[in-house]
Amino acid sequence: MKKNHFLHKHQKTLAPLLSLVLIILITASVTPGFLSIQVVDGHLFGSLVDILHRGTPTALVALGMAVVIGTRGIDLSVGAVIAISGAVTAVLTVNTDWPVWLVIMCALGVGMLCGLWNGILVSVFSIQPIVATLILMVAGRGIAQMITEGQIVTFHSEVLDAIGNGYFLAFPIRVWIAIGMIILTLVVMRKTALGLFIEAVGANVRASRLVGIEARLLVMSAYVFSGLCAALSGIILAADIRGADANNAGLWLELDAILAVVLAGASLAGGRIYLLLTIVGVLIIQTLTTAILTSGLPAQYNLVVKATIILAVLLIQSPKTRQWVSGFFLKKQKAVKGSTTP
Amino acid sequence: MSYLIKATSVVEEAQGAPRPLLEINHLSKSFTGVQALNGVSLQVQSGEIRALLGENGAGKSTLIKVLTGVYPRDSGEIVLDGRLMSASDSGHAQRLGISTVYQEVNLIPTMSVMENLTLQHQEKTFGLISWKKAEIRARELLAQVGLDIDPLRQLDTYSIAIQQLVAIARALSTQAKMLILDEPTASLDSDEIQQLFALMRRLKAEGLGIIFVTHFLDQVYSITDSITVLRNGECVGTFQTAELTRSELVSHMVGKSLEDLTPTAHDHSIQRERADLLQLNNVGKQRYLQPLDLRIAAGEIVGVAGLLGSGRTELCELAYGSVKADQGDVTLGKHSLTKSSLRRAIQVGMGYCPEDRKQDGIVAELSVRENMILALQASRGWWSPISMAEQQHLVEDMIQRLAIKTSDMDKPIGELSGGNQQKVILARWLITHPALLILDEPTRGIDIGAHHEIIHIIKELCEQGMGLLVASSELEELVLFAHRVVVMKDHQKIAELHGEDVSEQAILRQIAS
Repeated sequence: MKKNHFLHKHQKTLAPLLSLVLIILITASVTPGFLSIQVVDGHLFGSLVDILHRGTPTALVALGMAVVIGTRGIDLSVGAVIAISGAVTAVLTVNTDWPVWLVIMCALGVGMLCGLWNGILVSVFSIQPIVATLILMVAGRGIAQMITEGQIVTFHSEVLDAIGNGYFLAFPIRVWIAIGMIILTLVVMRKTALGLFIEAVGANVRASRLVGIEARLLVMSAYVFSGLCAALSGIILAADIRGADANNAGLWLELDAILAVVLAGASLAGGRIYLLLTIVGVLIIQTLTTAILTSGLPAQYNLVVKATIILAVLLIQSPKTRQWVSGFFLKKQKAVKGSTTP
Repeated sequence: MSYLIKATSVVEEAQGAPRPLLEINHLSKSFTGVQALNGVSLQVQSGEIRALLGENGAGKSTLIKVLTGVYPRDSGEIVLDGRLMSASDSGHAQRLGISTVYQEVNLIPTMSVMENLTLQHQEKTFGLISWKKAEIRARELLAQVGLDIDPLRQLDTYSIAIQQLVAIARALSTQAKMLILDEPTASLDSDEIQQLFALMRRLKAEGLGIIFVTHFLDQVYSITDSITVLRNGECVGTFQTAELTRSELVSHMVGKSLEDLTPTAHDHSIQRERADLLQLNNVGKQRYLQPLDLRIAAGEIVGVAGLLGSGRTELCELAYGSVKADQGDVTLGKHSLTKSSLRRAIQVGMGYCPEDRKQDGIVAELSVRENMILALQASRGWWSPISMAEQQHLVEDMIQRLAIKTSDMDKPIGELSGGNQQKVILARWLITHPALLILDEPTRGIDIGAHHEIIHIIKELCEQGMGLLVASSELEELVLFAHRVVVMKDHQKIAELHGEDVSEQAILRQIAS
């Protein structure tokens, strides 16, 4: 009985976690060696490490996206912001002799400016978030192309190389960066009242106003934070390929990020968000991508298989399905009870 | 029970008269356990304007929705023009001859007037929409309601009054026999109301039957022929407007006659030497509330009475500051709040439980605990969080003190009953230790047990020295605890009753005056 109560209470938490474990187990049974991890020079290698490595940019973007979605918004511009911050990183590295930390600060600052732009459009001019951020989604890639003058700018920097592909304490440095960012976000959101206010404003803006919560600044800072996360992701992606590709960097990443937030159980109508489960959502998406690539399935099936599995995960989580399933079991129980009593 | 006799006398009169246009017989409708309509019967003649009156929850909107097929009925019959009718939705009802115009204009503001008018039935040539014919049709319909406007312009470029008339034009587009107007005057000014009334008189002369729902008694007396009063889902009676005095009407609506009332033995006196806590000086807002003065001392409960739409909520909103007055000053203690943010108002000791708990009170997804600490946390700011230990202490304390029934404090508040939700919202303010608490309909939609508990809490808070402003549609409740009662009517303060004068009788007399 007690166990049932626990299951019931954590139903929402368990669904994404179970999905992740299930996907990993199924992949492992299909692809031999999927679970194996080797140690080379004190560095960990293997498919699972690779998933963490490749999932980092999406995880960072999803973190910012979760906060924005909590305010009942959405940020479609993150892919474009990735391109911009990558372009800024590359161009400043090549054209100036500024120290790397300053270059990184500039890229992050530009990302936050992009977020501020979105935030102003949404909270000052009350433009619907999907439209407001669509503007930068389109224009942002153009801005990135203008910064790189239409070229793929390649650069060389030891520090950036380390951020892109280096290792620290057996794990990729970028994974540590993501972990740091996740912890920082959790502290700011859950150890101050910021998370509560964002969820309150997202779930019921009228009631929030009446208790004295000023939504405007709150919503604006959510977009600034999303811009910051996207910029960090852009730096990592540029460092990874040692160059800035304004056309393709972070392309469609916003959709993966939104998907991860939704997989975590958040509603696009705002309110409750789940930061750690969002990361689980990112891992589900990345595991699928990696699994399909390593499974030897013909490349043309990738996208359809990925979409099908994600649809299945979403169906498992949908409250309607849960109702049907529990309704089915209730009926069954009743039928059993009915047949035993004479 | 005198009204029952009157009701039958009207029916008898009707026997001699021609067959009624609309006849509703013993209509009943219930929603999961709540009897929203209980055996309601009424008849409307052609060329008659009938007022449909009743307080919130009386069953007016349910009756209209059953009539137009939005809700299926449980039992009873509806006869229109001699034919049994049973509409499956409002479009069907309209085709059968009953058209409805709602308070919130349900047209599409971003479409042109013409598109709105021809939305349900397009003029076609060879199966394709002919905009030429549509325009002609639109002009015809507009002429019918006496409007001379450009049908090609977007609807929302016109005033609400014009939009309301366009809505009526559309309602008449299907050879309507009965027209239902559901609070059409709520957002109109007096000239616009006259325009609407002129149209109603013309339609009446053309033989249409009109049911007019409103809460403005002046309008009832200036336009209607007869009045049907509903209360708690039952038909109190149907009366000729000319034969019913205002005080009789009000007694029927609130369910008490003036003679029935005996003054209650509550001590309304209070030492007036106490300093004023809240002061409203000439506070008002255009098209919202006429300027008024109000003073509340510490340890004093001021009630706000008046019918639905009289300005009760508006007074609360202006006093709290959630709607900013465009004239006058609001002062709490030593602090002027005329231009302050709500956060500042809360910091200096304001609190407000809104009328619409679901829309404006609770954050349904968040837990009981989070809902309860929200106001305190907002006044402290996000950077100084209330520690979990303190939160638990505060919340547990309140759950005990107000006897809130919840399995645990981390349950989403949306899963609690209405009464318990209301207590959580009360608790939300109590933990901010307000000097003045404004309660708008604190007992609406909650069960009787919780009802008594909340009244008890209100009295207790007052004894502890809190000032309270309580708006309520339930007079018997107001006179139980109020030291003074402000009576509102047509968005104006029309009286302020003190001490011995505070009685249901006196309040009713003021409302009916």
